[in-house]
Amino acid sequence: MNGPDVIVQSPALFTADGLVGLIFLIMIAVTLAGAYIAATSERLVRAVAGLVVCFVGVAGMYYFLNSPFMAMMQVLIYVGAVCITISFAIMLAAPEQKKKSGPSNLLSGPLGFMVAALVFGGMATLALRTEWQSFPKTSMGSVREIGIQLLTSYSMVFELISIILLIAIIGAIVIARGGRS
Amino acid sequence: MPLLVIHQYLTTYLVFGAMLFGFGIYGLVTRRTLIGMLIAAELMLAGVSINFMAFNRFLAPDPSVGQIFTLFIMAIAAAEAAIGLSIVIAVYRHFKTVDTEDLINLKG
Repeated sequence: MNGPDVIVQSPALFTADGLVGLIFLIMIAVTLAGAYIAATSERLVRAVAGLVVCFVGVAGMYYFLNSPFMAMMQVLIYVGAVCITISFAIMLAAPEQKKKSGPSNLLSGPLGFMVAALVFGGMATLALRTEWQSFPKTSMGSVREIGIQLLTSYSMVFELISIILLIAIIGAIVIARGGRS
Repeated sequence: MPLLVIHQYLTTYLVFGAMLFGFGIYGLVTRRTLIGMLIAAELMLAGVSINFMAFNRFLAPDPSVGQIFTLFIMAIAAAEAAIGLSIVIAVYRHFKTVDTEDLINLKG
């Protein structure tokens, strides 16, 4: 198991380290609750609300992983753009809630749960059993270094992603607009 | 490991990402509307991004690479959401429904 960098023994609850641990536990619980709502809720609007909660929790997780920049991007892009777009699509394309949006027949719920549990169990076992090899850090991973890497080593991917986004925007307009003159 | 310091272990994040991925698979398999399936796909992408960020924080020699990967995943996810939702709207205009059981034009 890949251990922590500094301390190993559990801190008292009402110290700085203890409160950090407590906040982390609360965040995990809130994120999982949001993911559960997003995956199972009958109404799609509630599912989107659960998705927002889950994404905010994931942003907090990024903060714990030494990356406040990615936490901010997560809130901006996912919560601020993707979830809002999805809720607009719900308003435009799913007006009636007569039919339930849950599992279509009796078997698909348990079978889907089984598949998901198998995948989760397999990946969790892999994560717990592997001896992860750590390497000494060569940089800090600051925003400045991210910017330098984006414009030197990864400049090609950077350009490609810009083109993909441009094509996606044009394609979305063309597809969603089709039929109208 | 003691419960209050689990945020310093790599495996916590990996198991958590796997859990989000599992929720996403469950939603993707059981949902009956296209938008619900899209929401589940976003959950799976979030799980994958957490994996990248965890490896980036604990194992990678250069901790900016994983953040760049996650940034690209976010961009791809935004493009995917835009295209997917415009397809959903086009499908709704054509079929007057987004229920996957009613979209049977290609059914043999």
